[in-house]
Amino acid sequence: MTHAVAADDVWKYYGDYPALREIRLAVEPGSCLALLGRNGAGKTTLLRIFAGFSKAGKGSVSIFGRDARDLETRRRVGILGHGISVYDELSAFENLTLFGRLYGVADRRKTALDWLERVGLRHVRDGLVREFSRGMRQRLAIARAFLHDPQVLLLDEPFTALDDRAIAVLQTVLRDALARQCTIVLSTHQLREAMELATHVALLARGRLAYHGERSAEMLSDPGWLYARYGES
Amino acid sequence: MRNKLVYILGALVAVLFVRNLYVILNVLPDEANQGAMYRIMFFHIPSWWTAGLALTVAGVTSGLYLATGKMKYDAISVSVTEVAVAFLCIGMTTGMIWARIIWGIWWTWDARLTSALICVLLYGGYLILRNGIEDPTSRARISAAFNIFAFVDVPIVWYSIRWWRTQHPQPMSLPPEMWSALLWNWLALILLMIIFIKMRLRQEEMRREVDGLRRLAHAI
Amino acid sequence: MAFWSQTFTIAAKDLRAELRSKEAINASFSFSLTILLLFSFAFVEEATIDIAGGLLWIVFAFAGALILNRSFARELPNDCLDALIAAPLPASALFLGKALANLLLLLAVEAVSFPVFGVFYNARWTGQFWTLALVAVLGTWGFTVIGTMFSALTVNLRLREVMLPLLVYPVMIPCLMAAMKLTGHLIGGEPLDAEMMVWMRFLIGFDVIFTALALALVDVVLVS
Repeated sequence: MTHAVAADDVWKYYGDYPALREIRLAVEPGSCLALLGRNGAGKTTLLRIFAGFSKAGKGSVSIFGRDARDLETRRRVGILGHGISVYDELSAFENLTLFGRLYGVADRRKTALDWLERVGLRHVRDGLVREFSRGMRQRLAIARAFLHDPQVLLLDEPFTALDDRAIAVLQTVLRDALARQCTIVLSTHQLREAMELATHVALLARGRLAYHGERSAEMLSDPGWLYARYGES
Repeated sequence: MRNKLVYILGALVAVLFVRNLYVILNVLPDEANQGAMYRIMFFHIPSWWTAGLALTVAGVTSGLYLATGKMKYDAISVSVTEVAVAFLCIGMTTGMIWARIIWGIWWTWDARLTSALICVLLYGGYLILRNGIEDPTSRARISAAFNIFAFVDVPIVWYSIRWWRTQHPQPMSLPPEMWSALLWNWLALILLMIIFIKMRLRQEEMRREVDGLRRLAHAI
Repeated sequence: MAFWSQTFTIAAKDLRAELRSKEAINASFSFSLTILLLFSFAFVEEATIDIAGGLLWIVFAFAGALILNRSFARELPNDCLDALIAAPLPASALFLGKALANLLLLLAVEAVSFPVFGVFYNARWTGQFWTLALVAVLGTWGFTVIGTMFSALTVNLRLREVMLPLLVYPVMIPCLMAAMKLTGHLIGGEPLDAEMMVWMRFLIGFDVIFTALALALVDVVLVS
């Protein structure tokens, strides 16, 4: 069975500093991997390489066995990063139909409207994003990321700075995705939300993979357990 | 061992320059229309040929870097381009001196001189661009792409006197002893170019070794 | 055909965003009109016909720079560039879409500048109108391709604001020179002669080569 997301001996340098070292990781289809680590551990760097924004300095990554930059692969991947990745000068509806077109979504107008409904923005569909509140922008970002029905989801600290409504929307959307056998890799500091969703856990410490395995009962009951056991002292 | 080759080449270049200067200054007669001043051509023309050769190599290695990702091509690109810029400056200066004496003007905006000046600006820009990017991989990638764009000007410089009417002289036939002097001097300049490139390459290799050691130190 | 659909999607998006915010386009129009007015004021009428070609293209180049420099930089707020790179969109389609949008904006500025020039300089410029329009499009495409490409090249650099003008103008010079020569000749009402055809072929060659190079290299430049 091909791994949904795999990293094979990945190294990444920023100048002299090795942001990632010897990362060997495989994520099975249908699972949800919580990527943990302190700030600067390399979570964002690794996710960016999975997403195809960066190339690994050494080693390779693959999504369903193919290169992350491959056009077909990109069609199946959904990304939610630190920025909301929607245009301030366009309306919510225009933003979603734009990405719908780029991703080749069939019947993009209907899909856009459905997603606006799901994230609770239907009533402001023609409002320009620059007028939106922060929570509204974040919910639009979620709609954008999931719009094209991706099979692999890469989320970089998705719960950070979300308001309650947006967190609820995101959790619902992620659970639905998992129910449809999507694969999720998410990095997070919000251990409780992450542990509830995760089937597997990986811990990065100073660029190295300190732990990788299934989410255990201990992790669920005490989310800080992993850091205590495997994190840096 | 690397040093030895540089010293040998250096000695050879010195000998060649002595021989060439002797021929250029003492043996060759004054030219009919220009008097003694034309002798600067024996440096002006080969300087530009050398620069053109170097820039072509740099363009190719930049392409090779983008195709293969091997840092050695980046090292060659920057070394060769730096040396080429030096020869471009020599070529420009000798040309301007000649023009001032023969035509009475330092400069004119004909196709050859304009495209040549653009060449200097472009490759100077390349060096400034490299200085502005700290990460070695990004630096290599971005400057290689820019180098390829800059290289489009080189054939323009070469063919400008064929495509447009220019103030700059057209290609002309020369008596054999002048051709010979020209080619001998070109040989000397090519060897000089090779020496400078080797020295710069060595510097670049050492820099990468230091970078590698720094990375190792950070990793521990 | 998905390629062209995506290209036009990007072009439409850029145009829509620019027409809503009007940041660059207002600056561009104002700059163009101001310079044309000032030069009309500063120089004797007879002299300005001689310098018309050069003057107009200097105006277009600098007014254009106001639009072109923002080309990829406008994707940086909200991390939109990441979303575009992650989308199944070939980098060449992204580039071409942006270049087309820029071309249309620049042609709009030129379409206003020429009549203004005609009025304030009392110049008849429509003698060779269609050839002039062709030269305007070819010349504008040439420096649009370069400006858009270099905007992509420098988008992730720390010193983007400083580097971009430094790198872009030398590359544009041959294209601008050809456009200046051709425009100056055509404004005088003369059809193109053999000497001018050299410049025309040069301009077309320039456009073809730089478009090809840009399409080939834009992917390499955007993905770190």
